[in-house]
Amino acid sequence: MSKIKDRLIDMGEFMPMPGDDMVICRCEEVTKGEIRKAVHDGMFTMTEIRRYLRTGMGLCQGQTCGGLVKRIVAGELGISPLELEPAASRAPMRPVEMKVLGNEIKEAQ
Amino acid sequence: MIRYDLIIIGAGPSGLSAAIEAAKRGLKVIVFDENAKPGGQLFKQIHKFFGSKEHKAKIRGFKIGEDLLKEASDCSVNVMLDAVVTGLYLDKEVTVKTGAGIRHYKADAIIVATGASENMVTFEGWTLPGVIGAGAAQTMMNLYHIKPGNKILMLGSGNVGLVVSFQLMQAGCELTALVDAAPKVGGYGVHASKIARCGVPFYLSHTIIKAEGEQYVNGVTIGEVDSSWKVIPGTEKHFDVDTICLAVGLSPMSQLLKMAGCKMRDTPGGFVPKCDKNGATSIPGIFAAGDVSGIEEASSAMIEGRISGVATAEYLGFISKDEAEASIKKLEKALFSLRQGMFAPENRGKAIEKTEEGINVSASLLKNGFVEASEIERFPGFTKQKGLHPVIECTQNIPCNPCQEACPKNYIKIGEKITSLPTLNEAGECSGCGMCVASCSGQAIFLVDEDYGPGYASVTIPYEFHPLPAAGEDGRALDRSGKEICTAKVIDVKSKKAFDHTHLLTMRVPAEMAVKARFFCRQEGENE
Repeated sequence: MSKIKDRLIDMGEFMPMPGDDMVICRCEEVTKGEIRKAVHDGMFTMTEIRRYLRTGMGLCQGQTCGGLVKRIVAGELGISPLELEPAASRAPMRPVEMKVLGNEIKEAQ
Repeated sequence: MIRYDLIIIGAGPSGLSAAIEAAKRGLKVIVFDENAKPGGQLFKQIHKFFGSKEHKAKIRGFKIGEDLLKEASDCSVNVMLDAVVTGLYLDKEVTVKTGAGIRHYKADAIIVATGASENMVTFEGWTLPGVIGAGAAQTMMNLYHIKPGNKILMLGSGNVGLVVSFQLMQAGCELTALVDAAPKVGGYGVHASKIARCGVPFYLSHTIIKAEGEQYVNGVTIGEVDSSWKVIPGTEKHFDVDTICLAVGLSPMSQLLKMAGCKMRDTPGGFVPKCDKNGATSIPGIFAAGDVSGIEEASSAMIEGRISGVATAEYLGFISKDEAEASIKKLEKALFSLRQGMFAPENRGKAIEKTEEGINVSASLLKNGFVEASEIERFPGFTKQKGLHPVIECTQNIPCNPCQEACPKNYIKIGEKITSLPTLNEAGECSGCGMCVASCSGQAIFLVDEDYGPGYASVTIPYEFHPLPAAGEDGRALDRSGKEICTAKVIDVKSKKAFDHTHLLTMRVPAEMAVKARFFCRQEGENE
């Protein structure tokens, strides 16, 4: 699931930093500070971060913030962003209304 | 469930090209695209493309898009628009949202050609209205004819940033500055020069510190960065702008491939599928083509698409292996020639100091966006001679040769190697037709007559701004850096169909300015 196996990475205490109030995931309004804090709370993978904070779960489906969140998480863990696997990709790939998703159209060929 | 031989996801340059090649070989093909219009980014590209004839060089992007659409409809490719592929499942089944419902489609092969999305960078105020992507700016201008802003700062000196900057100026915006954190201009030097000679200052090794404004952008502060990308205190500069345009790279939209279970790899250029040279992924029958498998130009995306279209036809048994190989070999040759030169994929991030000819590259071009007068003389396209002659300010090895094709006198020579710098044939002569000036996608060719009457020289420049100046108009000549150097009188403005909307403006300048004057600025204001 993740290349990060070491759950005992020592990243020291969470220290507030300038820029922590900057919004990173615009759709779900998650700030840089919240993402950094989540890592200190033990969320080491993109999937965990997503479930914990809902980053990348909004309208753009992480198209804008995916890379940004990854860089922040990697920075906090002290690793390269390439070592973090992107979160799972699953349907629906784009935001779809429930009534549309549930409306399967069957037609003769 | 509706069945096809081949489902293609994405009707951009690579998806359409793949569809054409597959349909030509008898496959029943459908192309889905989530947008209301086909063509991907091609219809936003109003500039002339680079390359050679086989790459559709010197043709404007939207025209290439039109040709591609026509070719697709001629081979009865079915393109379904406003059709969002929401999932790619086992056994090559896709779910597609059209209208208010979901339909299931199934094929024996799938080509994913979903392209890429724009990267973002964060800085204080980056969420303010007025901070936009370069692609958004292009969409507004070139598809919907809306001016994105009046005073604009562009971040990013790659080809996207440079090309969009020029287009913004064409749309009547003022480009306040071009900024890049890298120490060198990332895109083609000729694209940079087009902007620099209009007077746009380049700030390399600079980054945006802050977008200012309460409700929307009304200013920006940039600062110089050191080698570890940290802002050097005291280097802050403020500009009044209403728009900040970001052109900081693209990321492949490869989520469908990941969902399907294709083996993926994470690279500095994005999350891409593991593919063979024909675009086949780790899952038999699923192919990837174009930017989704690694960011390149539209020209290479089109060839990649064609290759995977042929490969799919072979995979499904519509053509023999030999037939496929013969077609692919030809396409690979075209692709190979596009991937040559200083900007070749393997040269990414490398510092190139000399051209293939062994000439020192222009340091000023990489830092300021223009070649210094003291540097230009060492490049082979720059000559001084009696009578009217072309001056070719092409100083980087890029795969491009329309100038050679354009000259009816065979005076301009690039030769076998498409990346070579253009030279002038010793025995040749110039008829002054201007075809080379109009055909140069980089707008780097000028016609100069150093002896245009006593004390004067004439300089013909490519000109793509409106309204056009008229013959007899007085204005000022600008040098390569965009600095006013002298008064200039327009003596001729040629607009021909063959020039394809590049107008040839000839201005008269004092004789000693023949080597310097490279742009014309109208009297009453900027280039509007």
